[in-house]
Amino acid sequence: MVKFINEDTQVLVQGITGIQGRFHTKLMLEYGTKIVAGVTPGRGEQEVDGIPVYDTIAEAQEKHALDASIIFVPAPYALDASLEAIEARLDPVAVITEGIPVRDSIDILARAGLGDTTIVGPNTPGLIKPGMSKLGIMPAQVFREGSVGIVSRSGTLFYEIAAQITRVGLGQSTCIGIGGDPIVGLDFIDVLQWFEENNETEIIALIGEIGGDAEERAAEFIGQGGLTKPVAAYIAGRAAVPGKRMGHAGAIIQGSAGTAQSKIEALEKAGVVVGERPGDVARILMRMT
Amino acid sequence: MKLLEYQAKQIFGKFGIPTPRSYIVESSKEAEDSANKLGGSAAIKAQLPVGGRGKAGGILFANTPSEAAEAASSLLGSKMKDLEIRKVLIEEKLDIEDELYLGVVVDRRNKSYVVLASSEGGVDIEEVAVKTPEKIVRHVVDPLHGLRSYHALWIAKQLGYSGRKMSALADIVGKLYKVAVEMDAELTEINPLAEIADGFMAADARLNIDNNALFRHRDLAETFQWSESLELSEREQEAGELGLTYVELDGNIGVIGNGAGLTMATIDTVTLHGGKPANFLDLGGGASPKRIESGVSFVLSDPRVSALFVNVLGGITRCDDTARGIIEARRRAPLEKPIVVRMMGTNEEEGKKLLEEAGIDTLDTMEDAAERVVALVGGS
Repeated sequence: MVKFINEDTQVLVQGITGIQGRFHTKLMLEYGTKIVAGVTPGRGEQEVDGIPVYDTIAEAQEKHALDASIIFVPAPYALDASLEAIEARLDPVAVITEGIPVRDSIDILARAGLGDTTIVGPNTPGLIKPGMSKLGIMPAQVFREGSVGIVSRSGTLFYEIAAQITRVGLGQSTCIGIGGDPIVGLDFIDVLQWFEENNETEIIALIGEIGGDAEERAAEFIGQGGLTKPVAAYIAGRAAVPGKRMGHAGAIIQGSAGTAQSKIEALEKAGVVVGERPGDVARILMRMT
Repeated sequence: MKLLEYQAKQIFGKFGIPTPRSYIVESSKEAEDSANKLGGSAAIKAQLPVGGRGKAGGILFANTPSEAAEAASSLLGSKMKDLEIRKVLIEEKLDIEDELYLGVVVDRRNKSYVVLASSEGGVDIEEVAVKTPEKIVRHVVDPLHGLRSYHALWIAKQLGYSGRKMSALADIVGKLYKVAVEMDAELTEINPLAEIADGFMAADARLNIDNNALFRHRDLAETFQWSESLELSEREQEAGELGLTYVELDGNIGVIGNGAGLTMATIDTVTLHGGKPANFLDLGGGASPKRIESGVSFVLSDPRVSALFVNVLGGITRCDDTARGIIEARRRAPLEKPIVVRMMGTNEEEGKKLLEEAGIDTLDTMEDAAERVVALVGGS
């Protein structure tokens, strides 16, 4: 089962004393996220923006009822931080950290699967419910409450398209970055399934990119009737060179697999309208409403 | 990070996978000596991180040490797929009865590793997968259990072996999985795995290591450096030293963005408008003016670049910081090249004002900016 956040979710920030952790803790608090505690090993008894910091999650749990976690710790320590959150039964866990070895991600997801913990990411901007709460690093100003659900592998491209959706007056219900790594927890299908059942979401924007076959699988899911709400999509990397990693660890065309063309064709076959340019997505969604 | 055959074989050897006797050499004299030590006849194999070396003429055979010297001298210094051959592996010739395929690969779909094995070795496994998929045995590993002995035996049985050969093959399967996990491999492959009279031997070896895991394998730093110098262009290596995420493309429009997806989309949009991007440069999140300046300077210094397109979505990255970085880089650039900027988000107004005062074009949408920069270099 996929677990997301609401206005009552009590959030823990792991890696709260680092530059990224501090910066985004402040922004999340300003947005209305209920952050109640932070953890950084060796930094217990400090405070960040009035939020108490503990050395371990176990200590934080003695004082606070914790629901969800967001992880900013550097890649070499992200495996332990994630397992600690999973053992503490926090759910969902958003892993923002970029550069986690694939082997560690495999371990994290296998352990998360045992307790049915929702892992968002790694290498994700996180998730946001506009006007309510965010468990992530996305710039709040580009979002507005509305009816479009967005699911994306990338960060800034997702903000770009969200800004245009806001500008045409539609706004968003819930937005989720699934992450740019080859192996991620939540995938397109999990999120699409959730959107299908979510009453606030009427139409969907799917933002994919080269590498792997997550978009093709999403297309198969849509084509088989798993999702009845209309979808507009954009796939980045039409002009990418095979064999070269385009910024994200997962954005690579290997042999003949993972091309933008294959993803676009699969989505179109499933009835998804795919834009040629990022700006097309908001225009297509407008026509769908 | 792609290791070369001889590097991968050294690692396989440490894990107990049988490999042929061999010597790595850089001259024909060394090749001759090595062939001598191997008893005269030998295989001479170009060491490059490319597939299909055999077809491309990169693997030669010699019956005498002097033939080995000749073969080595014909390979060394020559080029294959645009890469210069700097080392060759002199290897004992094997009496091969049959050729198998064995690989362990990261499986994105199943969020684990998958072991692939086939009786069709020595050929492109992707081709086998398309033409005769029934000839590939797959086992998706449960990460909580790992690959256990009974999984490895099942795989060996599926390939039709029994008795001692089955055990020998299962042993190699288990060891290759160990290589994959302990070396943080994205892909590790033995193709072909040669069946010889008394067992099996890795006749070739591939090992691609996850770049994000290099911090766990510092002992191999030198190996990595050498492999990287073969894989990346000079400009890509330079960019790496500056800490920039850079991919060289073959056009004349420099492209800089923040975030991988946005930068890819920018390249696509320029291409769609008939332009040819010279590069992909992702500044990443929260770039400082210094970092932006270094990225802009780096692209402007590329002699192939005749115009630059900077596309920034200000979230954590601030538009005024971006503007300052661009202006400073332009001030320092020896040649004046047109720059088109599209920025949106945090401190957008301030950034646009700074650029306007400096006489740099700004546009509101990615599409308009792409059109402008393509027009500046003379259209499609």
